Amino acid sequence: MIRKHILIALVQDRPGVLNRIASTIRRRNFNIDSIAVGSIEVPHLSRMTIVVEGDDAKVEQVRKQLDKIIEVIRISDITNDNPVAREMAMIKVKASASTRSEIIQITDIFRGNIVDVSPDSLIIVVTGNQDKIETLIELLRGFGIRELSRTGTIALPRGGAGPLTIEEDKPLRHVVEHIPAEEEELPNW
Amino acid sequence: MMKTGAEILCECLIKEGVEVIFGFPGGVLLPLYDTLPRYPELRHILVRHEQGAAHAADAYARVTGKIGVCLATSGPGATNLVTGIANAYLDCVPLLAITGQVPTNFIGKDAFQEIDITGITIPITKFNNLVTDVEDLAMLIKEAVHVALTGKPGPVLLDIPRDVFLGKTEFIYPDKIDLPGFKPKLFGHPSQIKKAADLVNTAERPVIIAGHGVNISSAHVELKELAEKSQVPVVTTFLGIGCFPESHVLSYGWLGMHGMGYANKAVHSSDLVIAIGMRFDDRATGLVASFAPNAQIVHIDVDPAEIGKNLPVDVPIVGDVKNVLQVLNKQIVKREHIAWLSQVDEWRAMHPATEVREHEGVLPQYIIRQIYEATRGDAIIVTGVGQAQMWAAQYFFYDKPNSFVSSGGLGTMGFELPGAIGVKVGAPNETVWCIAGDGGFQMTIQELATMVQEDLDINIAVFNNGYLGMVRQWQELIYNKRYFGTQLYNPDFVKIAEAYGIKGVRVTKKIDVRPAIEKSMAHKGPFLIEFVVEPEENVYPFVPPGKMLVEFLELPNHATSLKK
Repeated sequence: MIRKHILIALVQDRPGVLNRIASTIRRRNFNIDSIAVGSIEVPHLSRMTIVVEGDDAKVEQVRKQLDKIIEVIRISDITNDNPVAREMAMIKVKASASTRSEIIQITDIFRGNIVDVSPDSLIIVVTGNQDKIETLIELLRGFGIRELSRTGTIALPRGGAGPLTIEEDKPLRHVVEHIPAEEEELPNW
Repeated sequence: MMKTGAEILCECLIKEGVEVIFGFPGGVLLPLYDTLPRYPELRHILVRHEQGAAHAADAYARVTGKIGVCLATSGPGATNLVTGIANAYLDCVPLLAITGQVPTNFIGKDAFQEIDITGITIPITKFNNLVTDVEDLAMLIKEAVHVALTGKPGPVLLDIPRDVFLGKTEFIYPDKIDLPGFKPKLFGHPSQIKKAADLVNTAERPVIIAGHGVNISSAHVELKELAEKSQVPVVTTFLGIGCFPESHVLSYGWLGMHGMGYANKAVHSSDLVIAIGMRFDDRATGLVASFAPNAQIVHIDVDPAEIGKNLPVDVPIVGDVKNVLQVLNKQIVKREHIAWLSQVDEWRAMHPATEVREHEGVLPQYIIRQIYEATRGDAIIVTGVGQAQMWAAQYFFYDKPNSFVSSGGLGTMGFELPGAIGVKVGAPNETVWCIAGDGGFQMTIQELATMVQEDLDINIAVFNNGYLGMVRQWQELIYNKRYFGTQLYNPDFVKIAEAYGIKGVRVTKKIDVRPAIEKSMAHKGPFLIEFVVEPEENVYPFVPPGKMLVEFLELPNHATSLKK
């Protein structure tokens, strides 16, 4: 079944991580719908939310490939966990004296905020799931959209510990003691 | 003690057990090349092209089990490594590529010989890094070597700017690594292994497909135990050749496009496929939708991403092959498969694939068999890709692990000559035969000079058929004999050898084949034999692309044309 998948990943802040992730997804012939990156409560780690569209089995294959990237500490597909998924959009709409109040009304219905007003335009900030944001954009299109900027989806699984939760008693560190390679005799049949 | 980056690199390599570096110098590497002579423990082998360095290091790693190291300068030096790194990536070979880079303050300015090699090699390395500070160098080397050798092995690359080689810091060799994102699963899940054991204990027509993973994990003894205890026929993949002795009564050759017909039939008719350290490559499976249609599949591999990648499997086991087999072997019972084995034996009699037919001219198959007999099978065969590779795989019998070194996944023409160098350096006491086609040989022909400079005792057999043979074969069989772009104008290979200071002979008659082989082996140092072979000889069996494994073509009348 082809549908949108939300992958969340915990990654090390090292140069080239984003490049590696994007490259791996591209190589398996997927389009990235959106990708959002930000730092988290632990230093030197970032969290990524990647939305890709594809067949379940193929997305799982990509997830496994992404998991092999050294800097990726954990990665999980939370599509089936009914996650809380939100994105934010900033929309600059043409607005004259005659249309301004109608735009404000629509914005109110969508619980958006007007953050900038100028004589001929408004900037609206709205957060919500993708459907809500797309509906608002469609409604505003008639007034004339001048600029549009969206963050892409970020998501958290509902309930207690999620797949990326860092538990205090289970540190992330994975220290490998140096073990010298042992010489192995090959059998001579 | 304060040390320069170049010194730190050398000391770290020595600590990691590195003994050989295949390299080629250049401007930004000068600080390192000024340092290397002070570390005589590191033998530097000067190649003639960086691709040769990567292939030699790759082949060296395959026969020694240690990490292979290649070294190239920035820009074109680095890009010349790319084919060799890709070759190691697809065949899971631990390779450390070290490239020089322009000084850090020039990076990003399109400086002379600057190229973003870490960006270029992202898709073909397990790990790569641009070292921006000499402080990080020792730790990055440690991490790179660990990643290359651990789990599924593969190539890693470190890009080191000139000023990092010159920079000084306190040298402390790290004894611990902290890579939270790198935790290869080395032990299989007990309940999955139990499921696999139940299947092995009840299957009526089981078959083992043993791959390169058995060689990598040195699980030869465990594989043999499994096969013998459960009386399961063993088919290897192409790169698995040698992981199970081909003289063993349970050995049924290797499967795939040019594999033995009986191996393909056995796999196709089985009710259980035990796939060990292999990845269901398209050249091995034929039409994947019809692969072993009545079989349940147990897939043991250290890389979780290989599970279910090409076909769905019934019992996946993620873990190191050796560890998994050790547990599995304890749970299987002694079995007999008399009817099944005699069925496979019958197929073997029906589809002879390794017998040389009677023929007046010089057959490449005949040459390989003569090399086998002259060496009594005690040799390491190195090939690139193509017809010569396939004949070398079919007509030599491999009883020793890692005795067949070939470019499998990437299928690289030109691997054979530098590969033979790497093998001879890694296994100096072994007889090494480089089996080259006239096409592949000319792709890295310049490495003849490396052989002479290092005085390596390598036997080179060049099959001169005047064609890019494998492509010509496809043009003949699939494109109705419309030969185009496959005919070669060849130089006089013996004179070329002579110009490099290598002794050589040309063989045009069948009767001269064996004496030439003996002469080459008696000679100390490199020796080249140009075999002028039948120009339009084809590799059979042949499963045409898009066909099922059992739809193989055979040489017409092969079974009846064999000497009785």
